[in-house]
This record gives sequence, C-alpha cells and structure tokens, in this order.
Amino acid sequence: MTETVLEIDRVSKSFGDNKANDAISMTLGKGEIVALLGENGAGKTTLMSILFGHYMPDEGCIRVHGVDLPPGKPRAAIHAGIGMVHQHFSLAPNLTVLENVMTGTEKLWSFRSETGRARAKLKSLAERFGLAVDPDARLGDLSIGEQQRVEILKALYNDARILILDEPTAVLTNLEAETLFATLKEMARQGLSLIFISHKLDEVMATADRVVVLRGGKLVAERRSAETSRDELAELMVGHRVARPVREAHQRGEPVLEAAAVSVRVDGVDRLKEISFRLHAGEVLGIIGVSGNGQTVLARLLSGTLARSSGDILLYGEAIGDLSVADTVAAGIGRVPEDRTHEGAIGEMAVWENAVLERIDEPRFSRHGLVDRKAAVAFADTIIRDFDVRGGGPLTRTRLLSGGNMQKLILGRNLAERPRILIAAQPARGLDEGAVAAVHARILDARKAGTAVLLISEDLDEVIGLADRIQAIVGGRLSPPVSADEVDARALGLMMAGAWKKEAA
Amino acid sequence: MSTVLDIIASAGLWGAVLRIATPLIFGTLGALLCERAGVLNLGIEGIMTFGAMSGWLAVYHGADLWTGLLVAALAGAAFGLLHAALTVTLGLSQHVSGLGVTLFASSLSYYLFRLIVPLAGSPPTIVPFAPVSLPGLAGLPFIGPVLSAQTPPTYLALLLALLLAYVMFRTPLGLAIRMTGENPHAAEAQGVNPMAVRYGAVIVGSALMAMGGAFLTLSAFNSFFPTMVQGRGWICIALVVFASWRPGRALFGALLFAFFDAFQLRLQTAVDGVPYQVFLMTPYILSIVALCVMARRARVPQALMQPYRRGER
Repeated sequence: MTETVLEIDRVSKSFGDNKANDAISMTLGKGEIVALLGENGAGKTTLMSILFGHYMPDEGCIRVHGVDLPPGKPRAAIHAGIGMVHQHFSLAPNLTVLENVMTGTEKLWSFRSETGRARAKLKSLAERFGLAVDPDARLGDLSIGEQQRVEILKALYNDARILILDEPTAVLTNLEAETLFATLKEMARQGLSLIFISHKLDEVMATADRVVVLRGGKLVAERRSAETSRDELAELMVGHRVARPVREAHQRGEPVLEAAAVSVRVDGVDRLKEISFRLHAGEVLGIIGVSGNGQTVLARLLSGTLARSSGDILLYGEAIGDLSVADTVAAGIGRVPEDRTHEGAIGEMAVWENAVLERIDEPRFSRHGLVDRKAAVAFADTIIRDFDVRGGGPLTRTRLLSGGNMQKLILGRNLAERPRILIAAQPARGLDEGAVAAVHARILDARKAGTAVLLISEDLDEVIGLADRIQAIVGGRLSPPVSADEVDARALGLMMAGAWKKEAA
Repeated sequence: MSTVLDIIASAGLWGAVLRIATPLIFGTLGALLCERAGVLNLGIEGIMTFGAMSGWLAVYHGADLWTGLLVAALAGAAFGLLHAALTVTLGLSQHVSGLGVTLFASSLSYYLFRLIVPLAGSPPTIVPFAPVSLPGLAGLPFIGPVLSAQTPPTYLALLLALLLAYVMFRTPLGLAIRMTGENPHAAEAQGVNPMAVRYGAVIVGSALMAMGGAFLTLSAFNSFFPTMVQGRGWICIALVVFASWRPGRALFGALLFAFFDAFQLRLQTAVDGVPYQVFLMTPYILSIVALCVMARRARVPQALMQPYRRGER
C-alpha cells in the first residue's frame, strides 16, 4: 500500500432538502489516479468543491498528509498543495499565459514582478510534464486544449501535489483528450496524485488506477479499474442496466437533401471543398471526423447561417440558392446545434420561450400580434412530457437545466413537429450515459418515422450505432459514403485520417 | 497653407496642447484605473466638477495650492467610495450608478459653492499655480518655451501616466488589478480579493479624476463656475477606449485631442469666412474618426461592468 496523501472522511453537504453529499469517505494514494465517476447531479462536483474550499461541508473533514484542512478556504487548499482544474477554466483570455499563471503568487505590494524567475519556473514545469505552451502568448489565442494546459500549469506552479480535474475532457477533442491522459499518467509516475471527475466510461477504464462511483450523493462502489468492466461501471453509475438503443433495419425513402460539389469560403479560407452527399428520408447519414475539419461550417451551412461560395444544394429535388434560417424552418429542417448553451437555447429565457421561439409567428402561438402564452406554455409542457425533460417546468429559466435536459428540450423542440430533415451536430457530446441513451433513442424514433437525419459527430460508437451510411470529413473534404454494416471502427479510423483519398487516386 | 505651418511651428501652440491635455490626462488615467479593475465610472463628469469646486474653495479659504489639490483628491475619493459601494458591494448597474454620481456631484458642487460664496458681480478669484521652468530645460530651443509655460500639476500628470503604466504592467498589484477586470473569479481562486481591488481602484481612480477637475480652477483658470468641466469627463471615457486601456496610449490620446483643440482655436482667428462653430466641432469629429480607427482593435476588459458575487459563476 502506498502512502495516503488525502483522506476524505464522512463528508456531507446539503443544499436545502437535497443531500448532495451523504457521508462520503475516500482516500487517495501517492502517485495514484482515481476517477470519480457518476452521472450529472451525483454530487461529484460538490465533493470536489468542498475539497478545494469553495463550499463548507455540513459534516466531516478532509485530511492532507494526516493534517486537517481548514474548511471553506481555497487559500488553505492551495497551501496544502491541492490544485483544481475547473471544467470552465478560471483564466483571463486577454492576459498572457505567464500573467495568468503568476496572478496572486507574489506579495501584492512588491515594487516589481519577478517575471524572469516566473518564466523560468513555468518553462521547467512545462518541460518536466510535457505541457508545451508559449508563456508570452495571449491566452485567448490558444486552443481549448492549450488553455487547459495553462490551467494545469497554474496548479503546478502553485506547487500542487494533489490535482483535481473536473470533467477535463468535456471540452476537448478526442485527440486532445488522449494527449491529456498521457500527461496525467506522466504526472502520476512522477509522484503526483490525481482525482478526475468523469462520466465517460472509456476514459475512466483506460486511465484510472481506481474508480469511485457516486450516485445520488452516496458513494455506491469502489473498484480497481483492472478488476472491473465497462458494463459493471455503467450499471453502478446509473443504478440499473443501460443499453444504448439499437438501430433496426428499415427501408429508406426518397432523397430529400443533396449537396453537389458545394464549397464554402469563410474569411478567405475554403472551409468546405466541393463536398457532395445525398440524404434520404428515413435514414441517418453519419458525418464523422475529428472536430475542426469543417463540421461546424457544414452544420451552419445547412442551418442557413452561412452562404456557399459554389456548388448546388437540392432540397426535395429542387435546386435552391442559399438557405436562410427562416427557409430552414419553413422547409421543416430541424436543427440541433453543436453549442447548445450558446446557439441552441437562450439561457436567460424561460423553457417555454425557447420552445416556441422559431415558431412564434405561427397563428397558433400568436393572437392579434400578441404571444398566446397559454398555447406556448402548453406546447412546452408537451415537449417536457414527451421528451422527459427534468429539472424544471415551462416557466423555469433554461440556464438552470442540466446539459442533458437542455439537449432533450432542443431535440424535443425540433422533433415534436415531425421534421422532414434533422441536422444534429454532436447531439450527445458531454452528456451522461442515461441522457445519451435517451437522445439516441429519439433520433432513431425520428428515423423510423421517416425523418432524414444528418448526424455530425466525432464519436465512433455513436455513428456506428445510429447511422445507416457514413461519410468522413477531413480538411473540409467529404469521403464517399460507406454502409455502416460494412465497416468497423478500424476502417472508420482510417477514413477519419483521410485514407480514402489514396483509393480515389 | 503657410498659416497652418506657422501655427504648428509655434511654441505657443504646443504649450497650449500640454495645458489643455492635463485635465484630460488626470481624468483618463482615473477612468482607466477603474475600468481595468472592471468598473465603469461614469461619475467622472461630476467628480471633476466637484474636484474643481472643492480644490478652489479650499484655496479661497486660505489653504495653499497643493493642499487644495489634495482636498480635491480626497473629495473625489469620497465619491469613488460611494460609486464602489453601489456597484461593487450592492452590484448595481454601473451605468446608472455612475450617471447618478455625476448628477449628484455636479448639483452638490453648485449648491455648496452658492452656499459658501455669495453671489457677486464678478466671480471671486484666487492666485493659481504659476508656470515653472525646469532648470536645464528652459534654455533649450523650442522645447524650453513650451515647458516653461507649464504649471507643476502638468508635470505631475505626465509622471502619473508613467507611474500608472509601470504599476499596471510591472508589479504584482497591477496584475491583480488587470486579472480582476478580466476574470474576478480567477483572481479570487488565486487568492486575490476582487472586491478589495475594485474598491481600491475606484477610490484612487476617482481621486485622479477630481485632481483633473481641480487643475481647471487652480491652474488653467482662477475662479470656479458651474459649467467649467464642459464634457471633459465624457472625453476621458472615450479616450480610455481610444487608448485600448493602456496608460501610455491614454497619454498620447489626451495630447492628440488637446492638439486638435489648440489647433482649431488658432485656426478660428487665422481663417476668415468660416463660422467659428465649425472649428469648435473639429476636435470632436476627429476624435470620433480616431476612435473608429483605434477602438476596433481594442481589447475590452472582459469583466467590465459585470458585478462580482462570490461563489456565483
């Protein structure tokens, strides 16, 4: 048994009637990586916030190297060597990397910042853990993955020996996530201890030495990752068996949306290069690719917020010019945008307002130019019931819904009216196992009912599970389609790397 | 054309530029300090007026000029405390609070002035700061006459611009202020108290604004009248954006505006046949043009105008 560096001893915390943490005890050893697994709302973030001093626990205590940590003091946690990497980074985009890292590390009233010494320390840390980043770059100019490196370096700069990462991969691409986990393993090898919060089973199995499972505020299980399985963890996390829905064979219909050699130029750069696809009614066409290869542009083109520079788009067999957003609504194209909190819903508005926003000028929701609130609320109620949106009613501010429930609301808004086409971009990104299954089931229901679904995703399992045909997007180019029944993950991986180009040549 | 060149080559013009720029430098530095910490201070117009009044009143009642300047600074700090209490502690809208402070401070200035100084045919006066010539520089051609026309507060303003630039970009305190204006939550997570930083910045910034106002009554002129600030506060707010929140560029912006102003004053008398109001407008028009060019690249402090509440993201 290795030396114990951190002990959480029967910590409880309630918010009103809701017991977010119920007498949770766990330990962390030197050089160990522990995953804290649980669905959204299981109490993972609360526990870590107590650990870092953001919240006061109602009961219980935390010991670092056997010494009690004063509760509710972030400063004390930093001094004890605990570093926190927040899911939403605690960084300033307008300042440089070095400035972000240095803030608060020197005596406030010194006459001069020791930038030279700080830069040297930052560089040596970056080298030691393979976290390369330019100290003088403006933070806002860095990619999300690099910004996360800065957040980690900031903790290391404060001499953290225990690192807590709150859903570190939620914002990363798959490639960035792989790099991150290699770094975390290197840190553990050098004697640092890590806890990372996650609800993704694959990364937990691949990275953690030990897994602690929370459910409904209670610690329900603890497993060595070598001695457990993905299925067991999924069941422990959700509390019952979960199975992702299965796609059934199904006859597809007429082509409804076609692109013929469409290019899109944004700010002088070709983001889509002569892409072609044909989407049929009653099928799911999967567009797979590592993010940043043109998916966002494709989704925006088909949602009517970007114009093409050449090529033709055919809707129901007729060539159309550029779509406007109003056209897409009129043509029955449902849209699930990639960024649900910024583009999908307006957080400050109520659920019912978000539910009817794009249909507000339809006669059933307006009377004499005024919103028919009763009808709109009733519509929202239907969506909430049919799509199992939890955590609030029609009058709740949308911001207060969890990611999964917000996504169900957006899906519901689009699917309630049986759209002919659905453009779904990364529909299950960042959701927990239960919510993923629900979202997938809805998409397959829509397919069965004859909706043509364009599924843009970077999750191989998702695309293989849902799509009838798959095209890969690489560097703004689209591969020819392959049937989902004829490819495996390996072949798709090659397609995502652009391997089809060689065959064509 | 030659008249224009003559004007530009005259030491008188450049002396006037520095004189006109001084209150703008004080005000812009003050507003910049507040905004870097994340607080928009639209109280500036009223605070400058109150500074002009209180500084003058102190000297009128026998204090020396430097004490007058100090009185103005303290009065400005008091209004800064008020603005900070409203916007930082209570988290009220910074626009509304700032405009409220401006209306309150301006009205209070007129009221107190009327209360203490009885109405008279000609306004009472004081003996203002006299120009000083710096030893060694006075003898230089061109620069000598320009500098010799300046009063001590002008030198103070130039020094303060350098000092603020140094503090902002070379000290831990400056970094803490900038981080508070960009992301107060990150500042807090690193052990900086964002509330304290904002209070400090608004109080000190407001003191600087009031000193800018006091320059008008203690240096540029020798008496107080209620409308004398004449929108200079609003110019300062625009100059902060023009300067992209950098003290060095703020100094440059203030000098540029002052140049336009001094130049048009001289053109009014040199050019016939154009209504003088056209010239009066030019500095403002040119400022808008300059703002359009510069402000497009400006990096606004990300947390500007956002109240900070602990524990809320």
